[in-house]
Amino acid sequence: MQTIDATDLDFRTVNEVLREAGSDYIIEGCCGQRFIAAGMSGKNLTINGIPGNALGAYLNNANITVNANAQDAVGDTMNEGKILIHGSIGDAAGYAMRGGKIYVKGNAGYRAGIHMKAYKDKIPVMIIGGCAGSFLGEYQAGGVIIVLGLHTDGRRIVGNFPCTGMHGGKIFLRDSCEDIHFPKQVTARCAAAEELDEIREYLYEYCLDFGYSIEELLSEPFTVITPDSKNPYKQMYVAN
Amino acid sequence: MSIEFIYPEFEIIRNENRCISCHICEQQCANKAHGYDEKHRIMTCDDSKCVNCQRCVSFCPARALKIVKSDCTLRENANWSTQTVKEIYKQANSGGVLLSSMGNPKPFPIYWDKILINASQVTNPSIDPLREPMETRVYLGKKPPKVQRTKDGKLDCSLPPQLELSMPVMFSAMSYGSISYNAHKSLALAATELGILYNTGEGGLHEDFYCYGENTIVQVASGRFGVHADYLEAGAAIEVKIGQGAKPGIGGHLPGTKIAGDISRTRMIPEGSDAISPAPHHDIYSIEDLRQLVFSLKEATEYKKPVIVKVAAVHNIAAIASGIARSGADIIAIDGFRGGTGAAPTRIRDHAGIPIELALAAVDQRLREEGIRNHVSLIVGGSIRNAADVVKAIALGADACYVATAALLALGCHLCRTCQSGKCNWGIATQRPELVKRLNPTVGSQRLIHLMTAWKHEIKEFMGGMGINSIEALRGNRLMLRGIGLTEKELEILGIFHAGE
Amino acid sequence: MKIEGQVRIPSGCAISAVISKDGNKMSGEMVTNSMKPMHDRSNGLGGGFAGYGIYPEYKDFYAFHMFFDSRGTRKECEAFLKESFEIVQSEIIPTRKIPSITDEPIIWRYFVIPLKSVLVSLQTDEKEFVAKTVMKINTEMPGAYVFSSGKNMGTFKAVGFPEDVGVFYKLEEYEGYSWTAHGRYPTNTPGWWGGAHPFTLLDYSVVHNGEISSYDANRRFIEMFGYKCTLRTDTEVITYIMDYLLRIQGLTLGESASVIAAPFWSTIAAKTDLDDQKKHTYLRTIFSSLLITGPFSIVLGFEGGLMALNDRLKLRSMVVGEKDDKVFIASEEAAVRTMEPNAENIWSPAGGEPVIVKVKEGAL
Repeated sequence: MQTIDATDLDFRTVNEVLREAGSDYIIEGCCGQRFIAAGMSGKNLTINGIPGNALGAYLNNANITVNANAQDAVGDTMNEGKILIHGSIGDAAGYAMRGGKIYVKGNAGYRAGIHMKAYKDKIPVMIIGGCAGSFLGEYQAGGVIIVLGLHTDGRRIVGNFPCTGMHGGKIFLRDSCEDIHFPKQVTARCAAAEELDEIREYLYEYCLDFGYSIEELLSEPFTVITPDSKNPYKQMYVAN
Repeated sequence: MSIEFIYPEFEIIRNENRCISCHICEQQCANKAHGYDEKHRIMTCDDSKCVNCQRCVSFCPARALKIVKSDCTLRENANWSTQTVKEIYKQANSGGVLLSSMGNPKPFPIYWDKILINASQVTNPSIDPLREPMETRVYLGKKPPKVQRTKDGKLDCSLPPQLELSMPVMFSAMSYGSISYNAHKSLALAATELGILYNTGEGGLHEDFYCYGENTIVQVASGRFGVHADYLEAGAAIEVKIGQGAKPGIGGHLPGTKIAGDISRTRMIPEGSDAISPAPHHDIYSIEDLRQLVFSLKEATEYKKPVIVKVAAVHNIAAIASGIARSGADIIAIDGFRGGTGAAPTRIRDHAGIPIELALAAVDQRLREEGIRNHVSLIVGGSIRNAADVVKAIALGADACYVATAALLALGCHLCRTCQSGKCNWGIATQRPELVKRLNPTVGSQRLIHLMTAWKHEIKEFMGGMGINSIEALRGNRLMLRGIGLTEKELEILGIFHAGE
Repeated sequence: MKIEGQVRIPSGCAISAVISKDGNKMSGEMVTNSMKPMHDRSNGLGGGFAGYGIYPEYKDFYAFHMFFDSRGTRKECEAFLKESFEIVQSEIIPTRKIPSITDEPIIWRYFVIPLKSVLVSLQTDEKEFVAKTVMKINTEMPGAYVFSSGKNMGTFKAVGFPEDVGVFYKLEEYEGYSWTAHGRYPTNTPGWWGGAHPFTLLDYSVVHNGEISSYDANRRFIEMFGYKCTLRTDTEVITYIMDYLLRIQGLTLGESASVIAAPFWSTIAAKTDLDDQKKHTYLRTIFSSLLITGPFSIVLGFEGGLMALNDRLKLRSMVVGEKDDKVFIASEEAAVRTMEPNAENIWSPAGGEPVIVKVKEGAL
């Protein structure tokens, strides 16, 4: 385990150190350095302080734990690996992620999980412990987004316009979602037991990561949202 | 028929005296415009299905076919053209947004055709390009503003990453999905042979083509299809696509019917699912966010690859380009409003954006006024049709040109402009295996090599005529251009004099 | 009719130069006479000279040689100069009336030095400030034109044949350790004295023969860095390029030559010295817009030396000869022989191969 004191280092230097031979690092004094671990694989990284935007962009197969909040674009276009955030995250987390996991203890900002993808058995997973901002799962084409609403402080579990343009994947909200308006091209329904089975493994892992009990998580009903069509815009055009 | 009927645009004329009923036309037409009447033993045709792609005409062994524009017309009206009226019928019939393919066909001014090129007479010599050295090699990338020396006083010869091109032309972005595997392979083979680059477009890179990486630009668009660390590493450069000339400000949409097999895998999305590219990158809502994306790509590839930012030519392009130049981009690609597309809303394609000639002139001048022209290279595209267009673009200030439509024409495209149907009879804009195999990548690449080789000769002829033996001495050399029939304002924007001045 | 600067006028030329490596002084008469056998290379529409080491008594001051269209303009310009310069001497440049040179403007010289306080407040160095001031006068002050601005050197130019221009300016009365000369063959009749050559900035002076085909590519690039090409001549842009490469970028003379007359890529690829190959690739890549194509032969004058250079295809003639401490350079051997009948080692430098001659250290 190597420790990097990032207090006076710029992002380029931090990543240069990370790219060196070792695999296990702790970054201390992190404060806004962007692109940490971008495109990297085979690393285990713990960050103390606030990492800058685009943490773990294009992450190939590395594990990142952040002990505080993270900023915007966490796990942008990530491919494999796991990002664990003990605080909350900013906007556009997991943009276009195509694999790997982003588990967040706190809340997510706008556009979490935007344009997540999947192919066959490669399925990205994002779990938000608190609540998510507006445009959750916009353009979602694949993957699984779970919002648990564990500590919402009276707020709705998700902001406005969730699932706009969603045409693949699934979103699970640990809420009855009676006050949430979904767009026409998706179906929101109470998750059946077999559907919950699909995510049980992820929830179990989440509980281990953050010290919850699976029973507690499953004590509330989940709403599952799926798109009605993989081709939502088919009828919109006429050949000219 | 009914109120919804629209008379076909084209008529298939079959010369019955020549037709030998060989069925080739029937076999060649994926639109099923040709048929056979068993009872009367004659070939038949359905004009309503014909898109005028000329495939049957080209393959008819008896030269018995031709396609003509229908003379069934509405009453002439200078204001309500037949096209305008028919578009209204289509929308009234369907309620749909009009969808078109390839570049803007409207009669807007083509500035290339209003610019003339200089030649030497007496005061300095022209050069014979066939017998004297004539250099067309260019390096694209950021050039450091100040020379650095090592401690012992020697020049520090390290440079930011550069792309070396044997000539200032590249094949621009066309995604795997919008065009076929064989079309991509033709481009990759030709680019490799020619010492230039082709561009994956936004659909990812098929694993079979990783071996052509040194001649490949990998694109990252808002949909991030097929983007992962290996993909970024695979190319010689990374292009961030912000916009496209044919549809500035508009996202992309590859219908789920084209997302099958390899395309699904390459794009990393489920089979049959629409591939939607959002209009913006959702991590770029402002210019400083562009810097974030550019540097995230540089970090992921350890600063070994130049990053290109591609934008559509829009009204404020000079200021936008200046912002991009300051965002860490190594190269700016500008796509003019005539640029092609596999599918775009007709109205957007025909009415949004500005001509590349004016955009290029404005951007090059602005970057020079700000003293940062050498911080970036400029690539321009959006209907570069021939070697003269290339020479004019370079003299206006471009480092290199992107061509796509011209490359597709070389591969057999006849500009029928129905790419969106996915039934390209030439095996280019289709994913149907029986159509894709019509395009032989060996033949296709050879035709691309022919085209580019011919252009290179022509570029050298122009250069020799001007007494210039290296392409860099042509770049931005606007005194070599004169306008013809242009207004004062147009000349001012282009930064050239009128012919005779 | 448009005057030079509003329109680009191509021209052919004769050039000639001499330098003493020992720093021995020569009057301007010899170089003036060297232009006589090359009379037919000029057409009477421009001639000029640059002499180095000619103002030893004012060697720490910038010598501004200026043309003014009127007394009023001169007064105005002088007032402007006084705002930021100390003027230690202000005088008319002596000339003699000869029938072949007419319509002369007011020809003046100032010996000046920028005020320290101005340099401090603008956070700029002395040379940069002088260069900026010259650009400012030449672009923004109609009727005033600085045609020489170096220390302990000066240019003298006029509309006329060069041999007449030398007589007009009484060059036999000046003593310098190096001289360059130019006779011009413009394709037009601007009738403006500023258009004659040499063209100078600070102590750099350029005489040049040929019309370059890269002109606007070079001009539009160099203008990014504060230079203003007011005359639109090749000589002007080459001078600015040399100033930029030598003074701003800190390249050596040889490196600068490798920029403006860069070897062909094939030549670079064939180099066996890999460091040299790398250096040429580097220089050609980063300064690609400063490659000069088309025919040129130039002589660059600077404090303590000369550099002669041909374009890389060697489309213009240039001959170099030596005798004792002196080196002679000219478009034709006849000019060299006029200066020194017994000149030795006559040779024609290859295209793109700079001939750099410097006065021995300590000789000045």
